[in-house]
Amino acid sequence: MALSLPFLKTDTTIHDRIVPPSGFTARLTILTAGAMAFLAVFALTLSLATGRLAERWGGELARSSTVRISAPSDQVAAQTQAALDVLATTPGVQSARALDSEEERALLEPWFGPSLPIDTLPLPVLIEVIETSDGYDAEGLRLRLAGEAPGAVLDDHTRWRKPLVVAANRLRFLGVICLILITGVTAAMITLAANAALAANGQVIRVLRLVGAKDSYIASAFIRQFTLRGLSGALIGTVMGLISVALLPNTQASGGFLTGLGFQGFEWLWPFVIPPFAAAVSFFATRFAANRTLKRLM
Amino acid sequence: MIEFNNVAYGYGGRDLLTEISLSLNPGSFHFLTGPSGAGKTTFLKLCYRELEPTAGQIHLFGQATRDITRDQVAELRRKTGVVHQDCKFLDHLSVAENIAMPLSVAGKPMDVANLTELMAWVGLSERADALPAELSGGERQRAALARAVIMSPDVVIADEPTGNVDWDMSLRLLQLLIELNRMGKTVIIATHDMHLIRQAKSQVQTRVLRIANRRIQQAGVDL
Ligand SMILES: Nc1ncnc2c1ncn2[C@@H]1O[C@H](COP(=O)(O)OP(=O)(O)OP(=O)(O)O)[C@@H](O)[C@H]1O
Ligand SMILES: [Mg+2]
Repeated sequence: MALSLPFLKTDTTIHDRIVPPSGFTARLTILTAGAMAFLAVFALTLSLATGRLAERWGGELARSSTVRISAPSDQVAAQTQAALDVLATTPGVQSARALDSEEERALLEPWFGPSLPIDTLPLPVLIEVIETSDGYDAEGLRLRLAGEAPGAVLDDHTRWRKPLVVAANRLRFLGVICLILITGVTAAMITLAANAALAANGQVIRVLRLVGAKDSYIASAFIRQFTLRGLSGALIGTVMGLISVALLPNTQASGGFLTGLGFQGFEWLWPFVIPPFAAAVSFFATRFAANRTLKRLM
Repeated sequence: MIEFNNVAYGYGGRDLLTEISLSLNPGSFHFLTGPSGAGKTTFLKLCYRELEPTAGQIHLFGQATRDITRDQVAELRRKTGVVHQDCKFLDHLSVAENIAMPLSVAGKPMDVANLTELMAWVGLSERADALPAELSGGERQRAALARAVIMSPDVVIADEPTGNVDWDMSLRLLQLLIELNRMGKTVIIATHDMHLIRQAKSQVQTRVLRIANRRIQQAGVDL
């Protein structure tokens, strides 16, 4: 018997094809999922980079300040000791110690070269102050230093550092908000697309029910289709986003003060969470839409 | 198998069928006749729970049809093969795939040899790869019959299965239904065709139900 059944190898292939193909909706869904994934890559970059920034400025390194003693040479030692005494009794100061001449040389070397005759120069003494995580009251300290050691000047970094940390944390927060919004928009978009597909295929659903299809059979066909679309769109968008991030100019070279905008080290793994996450969002959004519609189309 | 208990049904408040009490036994062969618009299709829809009665009770396979879940409805339909008056298919799938659809829906494995035999049985071997839209009216009805019986259901319901086919093909389709009945299936056929009923009576024990005045009457032995 000349009977060719090209699509009848297994019954699952029928299940895969019960939802009629709709090129336009499919392409539109993939495109939107791709765009959302692309945006997610950047929101992720923003969050991670600003997180690094906040950590750097708020971290141990940044919790140091310096007291500079510039006094006539016969008073330097006394004023240094006086300043150290004041610092030792200041709440919020974890430790304070005067840098020795070797350390001062190391600090100055980038500017003046290694052959600096440091002993013959009237350099101020530098006291490194490490504050506790609570910090100290800069104004109060300044007043007390002025009383005990008139040549002492407090270089307080917190004045410019704190707003930067706040700004960085805000930016990171905004990045996270963006990620949440992107997730929500993706879910809404997939729900709308799935709803449209379900509505357009009312006849298919009716026929399937007449031959004994349960909701799970019908729903899973739609869920499969939209999960695959969400996944493939997100894969494309993520790859495009990663390429764009990789092509960002490297700010690292121009100075470590600003952190690079891209991903660093293990952070490159984060974007690879986006496609499976998009697939999961598509899965649940379509399941939600399908369950609702199938209940209504009783 | 199918039990009606003082059932009434009406579209939009007006009763189309009332006071219907009957019981169709396993292995029986019934014809359903009546003028166009009398409610034959409506009665059959009550039999596979496409419709719920507005009054009274229906039991299918011993199960009350009121307040059952959609999954239970699906299970009922798997035990009932239906040839609808307007044979509906998935228009983007081939005829063979449409006929095999109940198997896929029920998660049953497909036996290609079986399917091939079934398609030959209804004379559609040459049309397996065609789309439903490419079939003639009679071919659609044969495809619908094949789809209705592929799961080997306990009950076969056919709504005007010979409406679009010539006499020879009518006899052939009837022969298929009689064979199914001989295999122990309960068969219900809605038809206007008295010749067909007479033809069947010469081969199997049949009963004729006639819808008149919103009620179903058991027609006399002689037609
Ligand atoms: N969904 C519906 N809504 C409202 N009225 C309906 C609906 N379906 C059928 N009817 C009406 O109910 C009556 C019976 O319809 P039904 O299809 O059961 O008749 P029938 O006996 O099968 O007729 P035919 O021999 O022409 O197929 C008709 O008057 C029809 O117009
Ligand atoms: Mg009818």
